[in-house]
Amino acid sequence: MPDMTELAQQFMTTLPHSVLLGMQAERMGDGEAVISMPYKDELVGDPHTGVIHGGAVSSLMDTCCGAAVMCHPDNKGGTATIDLRIDYMRPAAPGQTITAHATCYHFSRSVAFVRAVAMDEDSEHPVATATGAFTVEAKR
Amino acid sequence: MSKRPKPEPVQIVKQRRDAALTALVEAVPYIRFLGIQFERRGDELTGILPFRQDLVGNPLLPALHGGVTAAFLEVTAVMTLNWSYLWEDLESGKLNLEGTVPQDLPRLPKTVGFTVDYLRTGLPRDAYARARITRAGRRYASVQVEGWQDNHARLYAQATGHFLMPPQRG
Repeated sequence: MPDMTELAQQFMTTLPHSVLLGMQAERMGDGEAVISMPYKDELVGDPHTGVIHGGAVSSLMDTCCGAAVMCHPDNKGGTATIDLRIDYMRPAAPGQTITAHATCYHFSRSVAFVRAVAMDEDSEHPVATATGAFTVEAKR
Repeated sequence: MSKRPKPEPVQIVKQRRDAALTALVEAVPYIRFLGIQFERRGDELTGILPFRQDLVGNPLLPALHGGVTAAFLEVTAVMTLNWSYLWEDLESGKLNLEGTVPQDLPRLPKTVGFTVDYLRTGLPRDAYARARITRAGRRYASVQVEGWQDNHARLYAQATGHFLMPPQRG
């Protein structure tokens, strides 16, 4: 498997919203992606606690799941989200980077299935998990 | 015989509602970050997401980022739920949020799970969303959200969410 990390980082810089959120590709290849998102005050959803808004975690999950589909060996083109379900286990610790790890576990002719988990610096207890279905471009 | 209290002047009622809505929206940095606004008609809220280049996910199409759509629908769901949770106290005048600092606002519902269906590509246009509370319990609440762009009959996304409600206010 060629190291696609540099390519992945390049890919991330072309996605305006992912750039805005400060996402960084850590690893990408073979239907798996790891993307991190450092803590930023602008992303806070709860002014009482300083916890990041679930929506920002959704963006990270969607980007990471999409990236896992993009780098699946059978993928020939782009992808789009069909559905995405996110379960929130616990609030992410304020000030900590959130890292998502997505795996594309099934790739059919028209749909790719992905699951992902997001962690803060406590890598024992997930912050959120996601499952999603993504489009697969028809072969030309 | 108890006399029915005289209704408050409409301007006072509207000012209290709008001040509360402004306080709730302004308190959340992430809502400002995405530029989401809310329009109010009586107790009904409509979320508005004005298009911005930095909300794009795929620059080739270009299409709104799926995460932005998810966030927009979730923000609309939480705001609608919180609004309905506070409505009675706002109406009675028991609660006045005008000028309240974010730390003193009532606690927000917490998202337990949120599922988004992407029905059409999010175009580089403004988007709108409205949420409907399908169950409002003391501890848990469920909400459905619709998102559309130019044409309300052609939804571009829909979502369902389950939420944990804050403890009862004393």
